[in-house]
Amino acid sequence: MDLVAIVTIFVLAVFVGFEVVSKVSSTLHTPLMSGANAIHGVILVGAIIVADHSETNLELGLSVAAIVLATINMVGGFVVTDRMLEMFKGKSGTGKTGADKTGADKSGADKSGGAK
Amino acid sequence: MSRTVYDLIGLSAGVMFILALKGLSHPRTARRGNLLGALGAAVATFAVFFYAPEGSALPLNNLGWIVGAIAFGVVVGVPAARRVQMTAMPQLVALFNGVGGGAAALVAIVEYLKLGASASTGVVIATVFTVLVGCVSFSGSIITFLKLQELMTTRPVVFPGGRFLIAATLIGTVASSVWVVDSLGTTPLLVLAGLSLLFGVLFVLPVGGADVPIVISLLNAFTGLTVAAGGYVLDTTLLIIAGTLVGASGTILTRLMAEAMGRSLFGTLFGAFTAKPQEAGAATESRPVKSGTPDDVAILLNYARRVVIVPGFGLAVAQAQHTVRELADLLTAKGIDVAYGIHPVAGRMPGHMNVLLAEANVPYEQLSEMDEVNPTFPQTDVALIIGANDVVNPAAKTTPGCPIYGMPILDVSQAGNVIFLKRSMRPGFAGIENELLFDSKTTLLFGDAKASLTKVVSALKVL
Repeated sequence: MDLVAIVTIFVLAVFVGFEVVSKVSSTLHTPLMSGANAIHGVILVGAIIVADHSETNLELGLSVAAIVLATINMVGGFVVTDRMLEMFKGKSGTGKTGADKTGADKSGADKSGGAK
Repeated sequence: MSRTVYDLIGLSAGVMFILALKGLSHPRTARRGNLLGALGAAVATFAVFFYAPEGSALPLNNLGWIVGAIAFGVVVGVPAARRVQMTAMPQLVALFNGVGGGAAALVAIVEYLKLGASASTGVVIATVFTVLVGCVSFSGSIITFLKLQELMTTRPVVFPGGRFLIAATLIGTVASSVWVVDSLGTTPLLVLAGLSLLFGVLFVLPVGGADVPIVISLLNAFTGLTVAAGGYVLDTTLLIIAGTLVGASGTILTRLMAEAMGRSLFGTLFGAFTAKPQEAGAATESRPVKSGTPDDVAILLNYARRVVIVPGFGLAVAQAQHTVRELADLLTAKGIDVAYGIHPVAGRMPGHMNVLLAEANVPYEQLSEMDEVNPTFPQTDVALIIGANDVVNPAAKTTPGCPIYGMPILDVSQAGNVIFLKRSMRPGFAGIENELLFDSKTTLLFGDAKASLTKVVSALKVL
């Protein structure tokens, strides 16, 4: 691919990356880190491509190892993030008033009802 | 499928990743965001099975190996993620990040073996970058894992000549990178990989336990950048987008975390080299402390009007979050105003404590962040500190040069009484003595947090 096109993509993606997470409460730092961590597990795509190219046993062995590691990163990452976020769901007993008192950015936890 | 279709699918996956990160930044949309990210990753992975680059045909070569390896990865990764105790979750994230970095490095190594003389210098440099940073991220993450799992000391590891060794390793790494680009040989690449792994270890060793989350976040951003470089090498736009997104958002997140802890990023990474070793430790051990019984604690709580509970990692270790809730309910029933003061880095990661308390069904409106709860301590009769230490340590304000100096703390010393539930006099994760333990208004109740709380609860019930 054209180098200028790649640099363009890179620079724009940097700005998007900065923008999307610029305001996040410290409550969500851990799940956000974990979710971002899972996203870079998409290197799995790269690992599959090199496994397809592999001609020698050495190359195949290394690519298979890469696929295993990338899959663990991706699948495990999304599952553990979901588990963390599940904790915040429907755990608040008293609903609305709590959300009003502690600020709007916590209300997500109240949203899905008071299933205690 | 054609290259155009393949690239458009890649674009849609990239958009899903952007929306995923956006969603994860707000509590209401966080879970949906994460699922969207997972969908994007799944779409991208499926697409690659149906795209044959020019000169090759479907199905992919080595298809059995590929599918088998993915299945194996799922079998390892999913149970690990499902079964991990929420207390051990930070180190699992570190480990996942490390294997991701390792995967990127392996991809680049395989690609390097196939490059040959026709490769452009840009591609070779990107390959070298991926191997280097991927290896640093891998070995660095393994060390953070060992620290968080307490399989090794959580204190900064500093040894004589350490900084020269790091400098030498860094110079060696850069030199071998140049050597690789210049010679395109296999040996230089192995030297580079080895030195990068060593650098990752040396880079994380001097970081103190309390700062480890910041380092995980930084290594997470590093891995993102390696994935982006890998995308350039493999001519896959999606990897460039996804990797850059993670690299950029990870950098911002690292800065936000450092701010929440009142640390400069530079101080975190290089603090161990400039800080003076603590010398006060031994002298303070013998000073008297006021230790109480569960009944003393129950009486103090019973006659309070406002109680602030400060939970820390010790609470999580003892799995005492449910007992804490029982205590809080009991106090509320007696008409006592109860709040939880949550330090941004209580637990082992920012937000970790919120996850643990949410797991115990603690009502959300009782959780107060540090800025909300600090002004209320002068009106608070009892501050009940359960398994926390560093986040209430006044040394952060009074002792310049100590590892946590400058970190914002919960001002529990302003409360009428301070109760510590601790296992022992052992200092906290940062390894610093806490002067507050020796204060005249402090009562200590030694023992496992859950056992102590259970006793306090039963003592309260008969009062």
